[in-house]
Amino acid sequence: MRDVAVVAWAQSPCRAANRRDDMAGILLPVIRETVNTVGIDRDDVDFVASGSHDFYEGRTFSYIDSLDAVGAWPPISESHVESDAAWALAEAWSWLQLGEGDIALVYGIGRGSLPADLDQVMPAQLDPYYLAPLAPHRDAIAGLQARSTIEAGLTSEQGMAEVASRCLASALDNPLAQRSEQVDAAQLLEAPYVSSPLREHDVAPVGDAAAVVILAAGDAARRLAERPAWLRGVDHRMDTHYPGVRDLSESPSTGRAAHRAAELAGFSASDVDVAELHTEYSHQEAILSGALGLKGAAVNPSGGPLAGRPATATGLIRVGEAARHILDGRADRTLAHATSGPALQQNLVCLLEGDG
Amino acid sequence: MTGTAESLSAPYTVEFPFERTVGPTIGTFLGGLRDGQLYGVRTERGVLCPPLEFEPGTGAETGELVPVADTGTVTSWTWVPSREGDPVPHDFAWALIAIDGTIGALFHAVDVDGDSGRMTTGMRVRARWRTERVGQLSDIECFEVTS
Repeated sequence: MRDVAVVAWAQSPCRAANRRDDMAGILLPVIRETVNTVGIDRDDVDFVASGSHDFYEGRTFSYIDSLDAVGAWPPISESHVESDAAWALAEAWSWLQLGEGDIALVYGIGRGSLPADLDQVMPAQLDPYYLAPLAPHRDAIAGLQARSTIEAGLTSEQGMAEVASRCLASALDNPLAQRSEQVDAAQLLEAPYVSSPLREHDVAPVGDAAAVVILAAGDAARRLAERPAWLRGVDHRMDTHYPGVRDLSESPSTGRAAHRAAELAGFSASDVDVAELHTEYSHQEAILSGALGLKGAAVNPSGGPLAGRPATATGLIRVGEAARHILDGRADRTLAHATSGPALQQNLVCLLEGDG
Repeated sequence: MTGTAESLSAPYTVEFPFERTVGPTIGTFLGGLRDGQLYGVRTERGVLCPPLEFEPGTGAETGELVPVADTGTVTSWTWVPSREGDPVPHDFAWALIAIDGTIGALFHAVDVDGDSGRMTTGMRVRARWRTERVGQLSDIECFEVTS
């Protein structure tokens, strides 16, 4: 295996809605920031991978717009995943393993604010025969999962409110967060349900933002960053799609991805200081912490997705945040988790490490 | 980017404007709905409802389709406000319903006359069938409490 590291990362502020900029307009300053951080020219980038969803934009091949911010002439080597950009990072990591280049740029861009009614759009990710025709509310399957998680004894409405309270307080130190405040769990519990047992604070707020990670292999990484955040293990797995045949209080695919990532890394999730988890809902922190086997790690010190969930950039932001602790020399081993699909159907785990 | 002009936007409609052949497993299930009959599929672990083409645990191909009851037990539920296009005209629950004699659970709506206090995990429910059925999930209007 080649050593591959995150050498730079940046994101735009998470906004509930950005009606001023198009995809390229949101993305361009973020690409400039990362490229300037490592002092390279865009011609030095060997591969570009991105993640976005057409169904937010409402047209096919919508991501082509965002390539204006990359500069695709003369022709470049690039790829796109119709998913969270954490999966684009997995593709770029694999591409660098092939040894055909040394530097890859990964970006995620999404404008979750564009649909007039997300309840009309989110069923597009569901089985077209058994689920989509029923057009369940956007949070309904997560609501079922939250109740299963509570009834399995893994959390409670109080516990979920405490997770949200902690994340919103952590986000006070994150100027790019969409939401942040000092608020008691008791106060949060006074709010009505949106899809019981979920209240508004339990649901990560969808919005608009872009995130960019620059990966580099071997000596290129050592040249570009003082302390590269080495991606020691990367793996992603998925569970069956239909929620009725899964135990929703568990995430076996997260466990399998973590196990494989640990085999690659030589250390496991129980060894990390910081874990950035793609919790689209507060109850998922309990499921993921258990499936990963975290022991004493700080979970989502950035505030996590409960403080801002830009469509298809949120998982890549977890990787960037986990890398930042190593790049800044504040942690030696960190973990990033990303998810896609309903109720944690697909999961990706990265184990990162800095040189001693 | 400078300036204050908002980016262009346009309305669009989400649709699935295709006809597909769904195959023998899902096809039998959807045909059963049209006839007012639920089907499950035999697997090594028991009869799975709704039927899938492959056993989710092992990937093994599933077997024969068999008729099953239209009653079951709620294994999880979430209470939501009724919106246009929903199967129930007042607030209701989306639920997972373990159909009697089967493994797995069916995702569908449960109507308790808008009273969330009547919803419990473990409650017994029965399908309320539409009189006009066309071979899709909405041939079951919703599930209701068995008396």
